[in-house]
Amino acid sequence: MAYSEKVVDHYNNPRNVGSFPKDALGVGTGLVGAPECGDVMKLQIKVNLETGVIEDAKFKTFGCGSAIASSSLATEWLKGKTVDEAGKIKNTDIVNELKLPPVKIHCSVLAEDAIKAALADYKEKHAGATASAEK
Amino acid sequence: MALKFPIFMDSQSTTPADPRVVEAMLPYFTEKFGHPASRNHPFGWEAEGAIDVARERIAKLIGARDPKELIFTSGGTESINLALKGVAEMYKEKGTHLVTTAIEQRATLDTCKRLERHGFSVTYVPVRPDGLVEVEAIERALTDKTILVSVMFANNEVGTIQDMAAIGKLAKARGILFHADATQAVGKIPVDVEAMGIDLLSCTAHLMYGPKGVGALYVRRKAPRVRLAPMIDGGGHERGMRSGTLPVPLIVGFGRAAEICAQVMPEESARLRTLRDRLQDAILGSVEDAYLNGHPERRLPHNLNISFAYVEGESVLMGVNKETALSSGSACTSSTLEPSYVIAALGASTELAHSSIRFSLHRFNTEEEVEFVARRTIEVIKRLRDMSPLYELAKEGVDLKSIQWKAE
Repeated sequence: MAYSEKVVDHYNNPRNVGSFPKDALGVGTGLVGAPECGDVMKLQIKVNLETGVIEDAKFKTFGCGSAIASSSLATEWLKGKTVDEAGKIKNTDIVNELKLPPVKIHCSVLAEDAIKAALADYKEKHAGATASAEK
Repeated sequence: MALKFPIFMDSQSTTPADPRVVEAMLPYFTEKFGHPASRNHPFGWEAEGAIDVARERIAKLIGARDPKELIFTSGGTESINLALKGVAEMYKEKGTHLVTTAIEQRATLDTCKRLERHGFSVTYVPVRPDGLVEVEAIERALTDKTILVSVMFANNEVGTIQDMAAIGKLAKARGILFHADATQAVGKIPVDVEAMGIDLLSCTAHLMYGPKGVGALYVRRKAPRVRLAPMIDGGGHERGMRSGTLPVPLIVGFGRAAEICAQVMPEESARLRTLRDRLQDAILGSVEDAYLNGHPERRLPHNLNISFAYVEGESVLMGVNKETALSSGSACTSSTLEPSYVIAALGASTELAHSSIRFSLHRFNTEEEVEFVARRTIEVIKRLRDMSPLYELAKEGVDLKSIQWKAE
């Protein structure tokens, strides 16, 4: 299979690879997928508790080039968005941006799941904090 | 010597034709274009003579007593189909049970599946973690209805070489026919249908430096005389077992390839084994949590299959594929979206099947290429592990099996 230029670019120069300490203030972590399925994504966001804006995002992915590219792209898109805006990122946006073929759509679905899981984790941990920030 | 990219190290998918093979083929496209079944003019005689020479060379390579025992086909897949379906159809009054192994190639497994839909039963004998099938396990699978045992001589993914002589002996003692899928073995390691008690044998030219599009099925003529129901009806070529005009240039190339393989085999297999061992030592010596798949010794000399924990196979191929052609048992590289059933059948975890990489060397690989591929692979594995959440968890001491994974 030939890869799209954008997939190759993200694979060769992945954005925001790394980890935040899970328990740090403002951090939300999503870990989705399963090793036996050949895809696991860890996606983390770091939210400014004052503004509710995602200031930084990081990922680590076990998976094919398209899975790596999908999560790399997701971290790029997350930065600068509010928590609510981030919840609106759809897997189809990732498919369109990376020109993923049908067999790779599950990579984008997993990336959307990872975003949702990170947001949910953040909200769970910072329920009080966000509520006060949004007022 | 300067390296020329991309480096081909995927010779168990196909091999480049040897230039001497191509040279032998060329005249048979143009001035020597006759039909070998044209019995009444020199064009036909010339073509028939060339076919005879090729048949003899291939017969010699596999230890066949009589060149007439070779039936030319379009390749390994057709040979396997003809062997299995031809025997099943011809001997169905005698019995309707076949025995094969869990790590056969798709041509065998899918043919067996079709036979099962047509009233036959098939036993798929499991293999040991090193890929070897135990002769006793085959023996236990035999019934008084068994008409055929079909076993891969050497595995296409992990290279494990089966004890064909012992299986042949067992089949003979029970009066059961024995088919060898030797597509990966012929031309690479010694194959002897007489010494090994093989009644039918499939092979293909393109895996032994010959052209694509031609293969052969060895069909024993004596002790026992094997009969086959043909799959293709027509002019009754190839002793009535495979009708169709013989592709003379391809067969000439196949014959020349067989002749060269017979000449160079001892030296070539020793050279490739040395290169393969060097590649293996370089990689396993510097990458932790990397596991050799297949049998450490009973293995094709040009095969190396390694699972790299915490990284996915396709992402490894993507990292090397500008310079090097390898293959992987990862689901993402298969058309079925399932990881390698061969690696899975060895009892490895599904995760390690996704992480398997096959390096298969060939006649034209050099020491410099092996050094480059080892270095590049090690770099790519390191880079991918640095971005693998599984590696990170493992480094933190987390048991990956203890995590409740949320699969999509």
